[in-house]
Amino acid sequence: MMHIKTLSLNQIGTYLILLVILATFALFSPQFFTVNNLLTLALQTSLVALVAIGMTFTIITGGIDLSVGSTAALAGAIAAGIAVQLGTYPGLLAGIATGLAIGALNGALIVWGRLPPFVATLASMATARGLTLVYTQGRPIAGLDQAFTFWGSESWLGVPMPVWILLITAVIAHLILRQTRLGLHLYAIGGGEETARLAGVNVGRIKFSAYLISGLCAALSGIILTARLWSAQPNTGIGLELDAIAAAVLGGSSLAGGAGGIPGTIAGSFIIGMLANGLNLLGVPSYHQQVIKGAIFVIAVVLTGGVGIANKKRA
Amino acid sequence: MKHLIRAIVALALITLAACTNTGPAASPTAAPAQGSGEITIGLVISTLNNPFFVTLRDGAQRAADAAGVKLTIVDAQDDSAKMIAGIEDLITKKVNALIINPTDSDAVVPAIQKANAAGIPVFTVDRGANGGTVVSHIASDNVAGGRMAAEFLCNAIGGKGKVVELQGIAGTSAARDRGQGFNEYMSTSCKGVEIVAQQTADFNRDRGLRVFENILQAQPEINGVFAHNDEMILGAIQAAEAAGRSGIVFVGFDAIDDATKAVQEGKLAATVAQQPDLMGQIAVETAVKYLKGDKVDASIPVPLNLVTK
Repeated sequence: MMHIKTLSLNQIGTYLILLVILATFALFSPQFFTVNNLLTLALQTSLVALVAIGMTFTIITGGIDLSVGSTAALAGAIAAGIAVQLGTYPGLLAGIATGLAIGALNGALIVWGRLPPFVATLASMATARGLTLVYTQGRPIAGLDQAFTFWGSESWLGVPMPVWILLITAVIAHLILRQTRLGLHLYAIGGGEETARLAGVNVGRIKFSAYLISGLCAALSGIILTARLWSAQPNTGIGLELDAIAAAVLGGSSLAGGAGGIPGTIAGSFIIGMLANGLNLLGVPSYHQQVIKGAIFVIAVVLTGGVGIANKKRA
Repeated sequence: MKHLIRAIVALALITLAACTNTGPAASPTAAPAQGSGEITIGLVISTLNNPFFVTLRDGAQRAADAAGVKLTIVDAQDDSAKMIAGIEDLITKKVNALIINPTDSDAVVPAIQKANAAGIPVFTVDRGANGGTVVSHIASDNVAGGRMAAEFLCNAIGGKGKVVELQGIAGTSAARDRGQGFNEYMSTSCKGVEIVAQQTADFNRDRGLRVFENILQAQPEINGVFAHNDEMILGAIQAAEAAGRSGIVFVGFDAIDDATKAVQEGKLAATVAQQPDLMGQIAVETAVKYLKGDKVDASIPVPLNLVTK
């Protein structure tokens, strides 16, 4: 069994980039470093961050979950559809159940179907998107009541509800990774699956859990987005998986598995969210924004030590 | 130390990015034209990956330059979440007015309400909003477009004969308005024409083909066809060609690429085109007018334009 350093040099890099970007935007945009905008930023980032937390679990095992964007869309659509017919709480439960079901399907395909995670989740990415279009008939589902939109549009103690949900999810996820046997086993599998198996880890069950958690996180994000838009949109979440992977990698997760953590992933999510927010505040043209985001991503990954190629330690 | 150097490089790059992109509209030190500081208008566009909306943006930018106002543009990339975030950012930026081309009429409502709460006037372009307070909605005048199509068709067949109308999806504003303009003109200004069939083909080429095949069976004599969009008229043209029927004047709507090609080839007599550049221009002009304290209409129609050979 190996132990994880609590704050690696790579993660210091992540926080440093976060600070540099924060300082730069604060310097150039008078509106950026205001309580109001930082709350808006946290609200906007919470959607990606929630998905990225789930993604971190799968990446730690050396896997990946490409289906998260479609899962978020399907969970949001089913939550809205059921909420309109049967009421908010059955809707929320149905949405969460949808996320767990897709997570379970991914886990089953990977663990018992022996499909590579990339292939299995690519398939469910297409399937879940298709199901979303079938379920919504390609049209948005509106007419949600205040009990539903509360989770995306309102605040408690001045902090938007999605930020509270992110905070709670992040703390639980962090504790799972750092304080439980499950967390230890997740890192062990990522460090070396065969070694972990020989050491008595139930590799199948642990991997299955990772995809279940990823599905759950994606569903939470999808439901919150639906609550934020007051309607479920069939075409939301396209490309969300890429933002989530980028957030995890920026936060020090290694795509080869065995490394990564929640604080880093949250920092990575904020780097992505802050770039979108800050570049909008500066009025940077949208075509340029995409180029700048790509460039900063590369610089940041180089700074945080690459995608686990240079610093990969096989257990 | 190595990290520090890298951080400095990153900082320099971001600074460079920030400095080279103050926008084409005006330099930051441009003299304020209105006395009480520069006016900034935020424009949120559903997607800049579609030529129609790129042209709309260009029209808006030209109008902003002409009026001496700064235009900050956000591309929602057809993603409602990005649209909402973009609107929030522009509210934070304290723009003087927001022009929104929504990705979806429902999803935009919470963001419009946020703008309302912040006291920022909101204008919508092309696609409307299902809630919130909107000062004006700027969109193509589909009723006038239907009238324009009717007038052309009436003249092309010499003011008399038998005409078919292929309708869009029932209940959509485009189908309703285009049909209204067409039928109004025909019944008041072109009384020699008889409308022998009116059927819906759902804006769809395949449906247009099948529906028109049936109409061809039922009607031995047809002089002209108007469809609420180009897809349906292109389907009808295929059906007529397959049935060997000639001498029918076809008129479509939207001026999509396939349709303008068919106009060039002489298969399609005319198609009604929207003018996205004018739409963008009128949107900015309306917002500027409103900010100067003038009254503006709640609904501002943008003229259309007939494409013929």
